[in-house]
Amino acid sequence: MKARVLVTLKNGVLDPQGKAIHHALEGLGFAGINDVRAGKLIELDVDDGVDDASIEEMCRKLLANTVIENFRIERA
Amino acid sequence: MNSAVIVFPGSNCDRDMAIGLNEVTGRAPAMVWHRQSELPENLDLIAVPGGFSYGDYLRAGAMAARSPVMKAVVEAASRGVTVLGVCNGFQVLAEAGLLPGALMRNAGISFVCRDVKLTVSNSQSAFSAHYDQDEEIVLPVAHHDGNYTADDETLERLEGEGRIVFRYAEPVNGSARDIAGIVNDAGNVLGMMPHPERMVEAAHGGLDGRRLFEGLLGG
Repeated sequence: MKARVLVTLKNGVLDPQGKAIHHALEGLGFAGINDVRAGKLIELDVDDGVDDASIEEMCRKLLANTVIENFRIERA
Repeated sequence: MNSAVIVFPGSNCDRDMAIGLNEVTGRAPAMVWHRQSELPENLDLIAVPGGFSYGDYLRAGAMAARSPVMKAVVEAASRGVTVLGVCNGFQVLAEAGLLPGALMRNAGISFVCRDVKLTVSNSQSAFSAHYDQDEEIVLPVAHHDGNYTADDETLERLEGEGRIVFRYAEPVNGSARDIAGIVNDAGNVLGMMPHPERMVEAAHGGLDGRRLFEGLLGG
């Protein structure tokens, strides 16, 4: 079974990559973009027995740095 | 002084660090591979060098911080052994929880590789004993992720407890409060983005880095 972990920067944490993407999109002529934040998508293929609690532990121990990042777990 | 340099796949300042330590302490450090779960006995100093450990996969320092050798480093740090993390080493120590906060992508996006001016904000630490308070020094930086970030409470605590040892004296990477190097609460672990090991011989263009190691030697 697939589980998706979405890692995003916390609100208020400056995102230089998001800013650069924002500028590049504007440079291409796209208008109306208020803000861009870049994150990560980590796809896990896990056994059915692997519950959300253990995926959450994976996030806290490795996949996200909770000093600066939030994470969200989605089941496919 | 007995020292060790931790080597990860992708470390690239490990030999610079070893040469610097050899030069200043008069003894070659033990080179310890990341898979080793034990460190040599009677170490006085553990250096976590710069580079791109594990290719900076996931986040700079994230994989290295979970490697077998880091358990031993954390344990040694808790016993009071001096630990110095430089550049990627700082990122590894922060990811391992030995130092608070995180190092993010430079505010200007670009990799920054040049000599920078620093201020010694606390000359009372074990790592800065051979500098004067508020002295301006010059050390090279070479990093992409040196933008130090922590919550306000942590920053206030670092400031209040004199744990900010080095600050940038010029704009470099957007680091909070111009932080270039901090120590842990016990004062035996320092992480810094600039490279002291690249300023230990006259041929390097300065000796400002050498004094950090000499300070650790005491005297």
